[in-house]
Amino acid sequence: MDRREVVLKADRLRVWYGSFLAIKDVDFQAKVGMVTALIGPSGCGKSTLLRSFNRMNDLIPSVKIGGSVEFRGRNIYDSSVDPTELRSRIGMVFQKPNPFPKSIFDNVAFGLRVNGYTGDIYEAVERSLRQAALWEEVKDRLNKSAFALSGGQQQRLCIARALAVEPEVVLMDEPASALDPIATLAIEQLIRELSRVYTIVIVTHNMQQAARVSDETAFLMVDDDRAGYLVEHGDTQQIFTNPKDERTEAYITGRFS
Amino acid sequence: MTPRTDFHKDLTRLQDELLLLGGMVEKAVARAMDALRRRDLDASRQVVREDDIVDLKRFDLEERCIDLIATQQPMAGDLRVIITVLHVAVELERIGDYAEGIAKISLMMGNDPPLKPLIDIPRMAEQSADMLRRSLDAFVNRDIVAATTVCKDDDKIDDLYDQVYRELLTYMLEDPETIRRATYLLWVAHDLERIADRTTNIAERVIFLVTGRLADVSVSRY
Amino acid sequence: MAAPPHTFDRKARFRRAQGVVFYFLFLGAVLVGIVGLVTLLVQILLQGVPWLSWHLLTDYPSRHPEQAGLRAAIFGTVWIMGLTAVLAVPIGVGAAVYLEEYAPRNWFTRILEINISNLAGVPSIVYGLLGLGLFVQIMSLGKTVLAGAMTLTLLVLPIVILASREAVRAVPSTYREAAYALGADQWQVVKGVVLPASAPGILTGTILAMSRAIGEAAPIVVISGLVYLTFVPASPLDRFTALPLQIFNWAARPQEGFRDLAAAGIIVLLVVLLSMNAVSILLRNRYQTKSEE
Repeated sequence: MDRREVVLKADRLRVWYGSFLAIKDVDFQAKVGMVTALIGPSGCGKSTLLRSFNRMNDLIPSVKIGGSVEFRGRNIYDSSVDPTELRSRIGMVFQKPNPFPKSIFDNVAFGLRVNGYTGDIYEAVERSLRQAALWEEVKDRLNKSAFALSGGQQQRLCIARALAVEPEVVLMDEPASALDPIATLAIEQLIRELSRVYTIVIVTHNMQQAARVSDETAFLMVDDDRAGYLVEHGDTQQIFTNPKDERTEAYITGRFS
Repeated sequence: MTPRTDFHKDLTRLQDELLLLGGMVEKAVARAMDALRRRDLDASRQVVREDDIVDLKRFDLEERCIDLIATQQPMAGDLRVIITVLHVAVELERIGDYAEGIAKISLMMGNDPPLKPLIDIPRMAEQSADMLRRSLDAFVNRDIVAATTVCKDDDKIDDLYDQVYRELLTYMLEDPETIRRATYLLWVAHDLERIADRTTNIAERVIFLVTGRLADVSVSRY
Repeated sequence: MAAPPHTFDRKARFRRAQGVVFYFLFLGAVLVGIVGLVTLLVQILLQGVPWLSWHLLTDYPSRHPEQAGLRAAIFGTVWIMGLTAVLAVPIGVGAAVYLEEYAPRNWFTRILEINISNLAGVPSIVYGLLGLGLFVQIMSLGKTVLAGAMTLTLLVLPIVILASREAVRAVPSTYREAAYALGADQWQVVKGVVLPASAPGILTGTILAMSRAIGEAAPIVVISGLVYLTFVPASPLDRFTALPLQIFNWAARPQEGFRDLAAAGIIVLLVVLLSMNAVSILLRNRYQTKSEE
């Protein structure tokens, strides 16, 4: 595997919802400038894992965390860490495009405003929309509602919105699962391009997608108690041509019932 | 039932078909050699004719592989099976071509009196046929030890080829009259040597199939 | 094992007959309401329309039905409604946001919620008595516009809170998640996403609550008494009358003319009510198209 700097590192991470253990002792690393995919069957906790990287799980009152997640060498669950600041540095894109019921411009500007951006907001909005490969399509209608855009455009808007606050890491939770195949490919291409600048962790239930967009892939499974655990983490090319663990092989070749 | 039951049945069928092709090619080599030894021109002609069937079979297999890749997006072990079948089918078809080559040589020799009793060339044929059989067995059993042995055994064929070459050379030096007939035999030996090489390629594919590693296990001298 | 014998009644004649019967039952239920309402309206229109005139709106009440007007009542109603809105909206929306966004889910908030729902069903006369005791007497505000508005505020608050909570709850959680994921804190999420997205719902709910308050006579009677005013309130601490009060007043008089006048008053009240509802629908539609086009 690539020996790049590790940006995000989970160490024996455990996540409970109330008394239910959803994630069991997961070790995970995401390296700088790489796309790391999380794959696995439904209910294996890949989304939960992703959401524990920017403390979105905090929003659910019953969640408890064990182990640690280090971002740039610092445990993000340390009491001195402000989750809102953390989330501005680790962005997130969701499963369904979820633009705010505001104009295209205000959608992108929202993160800038809440984080007290001191630069030229218009410039930052344009830059983010360009990064998300959406500028050309929307530059003449920035004041139109975001809901006027197609699903694929909305998702790119959401990506632009996340990029506007200049995060280091972008977490993507099945970002193309609600899109048609062409829009999906556009998002995948975008992810490849963004990986030059950002560290990306993407959850996907589409294995081909993981194979296409990611540099490394982590495979999670769920045990009899419905707790998710990590089976194998390796170079994407290796995972999809020659996985080491036979459970990974069974899953990605569809011999998994 | 697993989520891809139909696809996996297709994969099994694909491998069965490959072994069928393997059997056809084995038989072609054996019959070409037999016809050569017995100077049976009809049998040789039949080998030449039947090579067309081998070629068709190969294209059929290739098409199925492409189909499965395009429609099923195979991954991991499944992907390696298809890639292996694709390669092995080509190797087998080439081996079939060598068998056809041997049959054509024996037609060219026609009713010429034999230069000498054949000793080393049938041994080469026997050994490379054995290698072919073992490489296909290794494919069926996913046996990398057997596959590695096949690759190693190529050296023996190379040695035999050396020996045949030197011997035929002495004939030609002693009596230029024998050059034509000796050259024919040399071609046969060369075809057999190539068959063994192709067989090692098959064995190497078996190693890839099992381990995912692409490597030359042994490099032929020719 | 052989499957047990079975048949289908695929034509399902009984099923279809049942459908027809229920269709007419439900249609009948709707008609009862509509027929009642139409009868009422027709009667009032027949009685009141001849009495509608400009001076009805601009004149003070009088002992002679031909000269009596609604001026004091209209201004009183505008004052009361304005103040009620100013008081009820911030408190109601604030309470709704607290309950939906901030309050922990425990037995205390659950009791709060149940009580608010119950309060919405309390008869308005009870609020009137509460206002009389609390605002008029204990707080010595007197029978003033302010006391009336505060009483009506109590009356509409539960409705405003319930409607606002519905509106706040209807904001998809994905908006909140998106905002949190950008590093917004809770207040920024509420201010920047939740309130703008729920504004149409809150507005509609509030206007509907206000249109309930505007027709309430009982609490106003208790607070203000059956006054006969010939002036318009100039400050929240003046005395007042209101449309339903004036209508009640007129309807209670023995003279035939006043009864018809009361019907005319009811028409005025209905027009105001319908306009308020229309405004709420317009506002909602405008916000919705704005956020979805």
